[in-house]
Amino acid sequence: MIYEHSRRGRRATAQSNIPLAELSDIPAELRRQNPAALPEVSEMQAVRHYTRLSQKNFSIDTHFYPLGSCTMKYNPRACNSLASLPGFLARHPLAPDTHSQGFLACLYELQELLKNVTGMSAVSLSPAAGAQGEFAGVAMIRAYHDARGDHQRTEILVPDAAHGTNPASAVMCGYKAREIPTGRNGDIDVEALKQALGPQTAGIMLTNPSTVGVFERRIKEIAGLVHEAGGLLYYDGANLNAILGKVRPGDMGFDVIHMNLHKTFSTPHGGGGPGAGPVGVSQRLAPYLPVPMADYDGSDYIWLTEKERPESIGRLSTFAGNAGVLLRAYVYARLLGREGMHRVAEFSTLNANYLLKRLMEAGFEAAYPQRRASHEFILTLKRQAKELGVNTMDFAKRMLDYGVHAPTTYFPLLVPECLLIEPTESEAKEDLDRFVEIMRTIQHEAENQPEMVKQAPHTMPVRRLDDVRAARELDLAWKADRE
Amino acid sequence: MPFIPHTEDDIRDMLGAIGVDSIDALFDEIPAELRCGELEAIPTGLPEMEVSRLMTARAREDGQPLCFIGAGAYDHHIPAAVWQLTTRGEFYTAYTPYQAEASQGTLQLLYEYQSMMTALTAMDVSNASLYDGASALAEAVLMAVRANRKSKSNRILLPRTLHPLYRRVVRSIVRNQGIELVEVAYEAGTGKIDRQALDAHAGEDFAALVIPQPNFFGVLEDVDQLTDWAQANAMLTIAVVNPLAMSILKPPGEWGAQGADICCGEGQPLGAPLASGGPYFGFLCCREKLVRQMPGRIIGKTVDLDGKPGYTLTLQAREQHIRRSKATSNICTNQGLMVTAATIHMAIMGGEGLQRMAAASHHNSMKLTEALSSLPGVEPLFDSPVFHERVIKLPIPAQDALRTLAAHNVLGGFDLGDDYPELENAVLVCATELRSDEEIEQYRSKLERVIASQVQTPCQLKPDW
Repeated sequence: MIYEHSRRGRRATAQSNIPLAELSDIPAELRRQNPAALPEVSEMQAVRHYTRLSQKNFSIDTHFYPLGSCTMKYNPRACNSLASLPGFLARHPLAPDTHSQGFLACLYELQELLKNVTGMSAVSLSPAAGAQGEFAGVAMIRAYHDARGDHQRTEILVPDAAHGTNPASAVMCGYKAREIPTGRNGDIDVEALKQALGPQTAGIMLTNPSTVGVFERRIKEIAGLVHEAGGLLYYDGANLNAILGKVRPGDMGFDVIHMNLHKTFSTPHGGGGPGAGPVGVSQRLAPYLPVPMADYDGSDYIWLTEKERPESIGRLSTFAGNAGVLLRAYVYARLLGREGMHRVAEFSTLNANYLLKRLMEAGFEAAYPQRRASHEFILTLKRQAKELGVNTMDFAKRMLDYGVHAPTTYFPLLVPECLLIEPTESEAKEDLDRFVEIMRTIQHEAENQPEMVKQAPHTMPVRRLDDVRAARELDLAWKADRE
Repeated sequence: MPFIPHTEDDIRDMLGAIGVDSIDALFDEIPAELRCGELEAIPTGLPEMEVSRLMTARAREDGQPLCFIGAGAYDHHIPAAVWQLTTRGEFYTAYTPYQAEASQGTLQLLYEYQSMMTALTAMDVSNASLYDGASALAEAVLMAVRANRKSKSNRILLPRTLHPLYRRVVRSIVRNQGIELVEVAYEAGTGKIDRQALDAHAGEDFAALVIPQPNFFGVLEDVDQLTDWAQANAMLTIAVVNPLAMSILKPPGEWGAQGADICCGEGQPLGAPLASGGPYFGFLCCREKLVRQMPGRIIGKTVDLDGKPGYTLTLQAREQHIRRSKATSNICTNQGLMVTAATIHMAIMGGEGLQRMAAASHHNSMKLTEALSSLPGVEPLFDSPVFHERVIKLPIPAQDALRTLAAHNVLGGFDLGDDYPELENAVLVCATELRSDEEIEQYRSKLERVIASQVQTPCQLKPDW
């Protein structure tokens, strides 16, 4: 704890060596009586403490990180340094357009790039993350129905394999979420969909390729059915990386999409964010896009706000969303160019299919062996769990000992004992081969020393943690008197 | 190929292992009629050197003017160590700490962050961040509606002294859940929440009262009385505060007889650069009894199999990946990296460093408004104590004055005309600890010339008939 280095009167305030100004014009009853209990440490103590903390993390820069559905690919350093140029960092969000042309040009061009690569008519960059993009998308679906006086539509359909954010976003827009089952081959159960569709259907939220790692082959038919019922189709861009430059959501029949720039456009995940979740729409939803948006009037770049776009679902963040993330994505897109975009899909798909094939050869069971993998795939360890008593969690924890971040575990919920594995395009063949060797080794250990695997990890800064205690005996903040 | 390591040999071997003869064959499940062709409208890729040239030119184009705008984003000094550490790959390129054993760095840092935020706000618990100040307030409103068991209403009292952009964001986010936002007027003389307007709602059923401190005008609200009023009327109190100001102002946990119930705000003043408005981070703190209604990640301290202390995501049954449609919010990805910067920033500054920074900002803003008020026809609009922003009234249309100042590379403040049309020629100005006496003098002398030129040649003014 940084607090352990704290001593009363120790200061790193060389950085702010300004006299403590007089505050007597602020009435005493509005002032703070006791200083906030923040650490009092030297700059070096802080630097050493946080450097050491960083070393307790797995990250893309240090470890293979095949976390399915999260697209943990290389985050180019140029994106960070160019988005951090002094002119960009110093720009106040409310600076006038005369002092915003460089920044707005980047945003405008990013909107155009994203429109093109997704096949949508218009894009707004403002949502701050995928879930906020989902919220914006469903809110636009609702605005569309409301504008037509079509108030009977109260349900959003969501596949049972969907991310939890999908039903949660639907509820935040005042809808009921209704689940649609997935068929045995990984495609959506179209018969069940037909049963569920009706005058109460506002829309459906789909991820394609889906969260089970396969391309929804009957997508055109599904789009037809939903549109026929008067609903709209929402595309969750979580897996856009798999099809970038190959097939476009707009061409599949989707009315509204969000993209996760922190996945497909390689902006950093930052230990949990910030992300960016721009939304794209077809022509009929364009009036409802969230503001602000960047535009070009023929001579200058300008902002479009509530004034110019009165039907907008409104503003989702104080200013323009995660602007710095958008700049990073713009740099990435310019580095890749059009030829680099479809290479993303090609090599992420090549890596996934290669890894799947090698793991199947090594004796692991694929959840959908008859299907082509997209940029990710699912293994199920139900046999190991049943026969050896070593489950997916045990495999995942043991992987940490071998220096690999575990894939996504126990998601999607419909496949028992699953690992969702997404190697991404930036991993080399030898790293994939090494992963297969590690899986073989753990399988061998599970057969011969199951207890050891069940106790893993053994080499991390801590062993398995007591999650039950964490939730029961809440300790959410350091207090001097507790130590 | 940028960021792809495959050699020709690798590709051949991998295709051979899969048993297909081309990469294209891997897309054979996608119906052929859906495949897109070359995306002609997307430019071809550029080498890093070229993109670097382009971005350098664009960044320079925006000019780095002298900035006296605040209005929710503040230009503060950030110690060099903050971002050098934050952009270490181990922080920058990790994700949500799902594998706790391999994420103790991020998890412990977030626990330290929660500890610092609760210390700063005098609240019991903090989450690990939301997107920004405005969306944090929207989540606080939803949380209050869920948490206030005494209230049967979905109504919230939202003062007009709250940031106008926050009011718009809250409206966009909560309106589809049938929540009604009722605005409360401000007092023309003081710029504070109008107590009479508030008293008109006494005894009515509202889930919560929102109290900004400082408010959008920079003015300090009478937080003790407002909190007590809300509690007397069975409403929860949602404090919206500037976290830097909390180093010198009474923290929400100590407001009134019992303290505020929920506290949120914009974390930007704690180590995030202006950067066109983001990424910043929203913080959200509350009393312990409300923690299960809180949205977002929360980190708990626990022990491992050997009894050694460790940190983990906790109370996950509130969250979308477990509870799906019954979650407290849809939030998944938050603003982790910005919180990393904020934590390191608070550790380096300490309570006293933040106090110095806050007090110097207060002091500079007072100097600025005194200097500007020495000009004929310029005067402060509200007669109330402020933190580090103040509303001034100009003798000429604010929009024209600000435009002319901007042409001279001074961003003179935020024009209140659009959001408060009743305030004539009013500008919200701010001077943080970074604004020097010379810069303040530059602003004063330029404004002097702008006023002189406009007053002398009224034909330049746009007639409003």
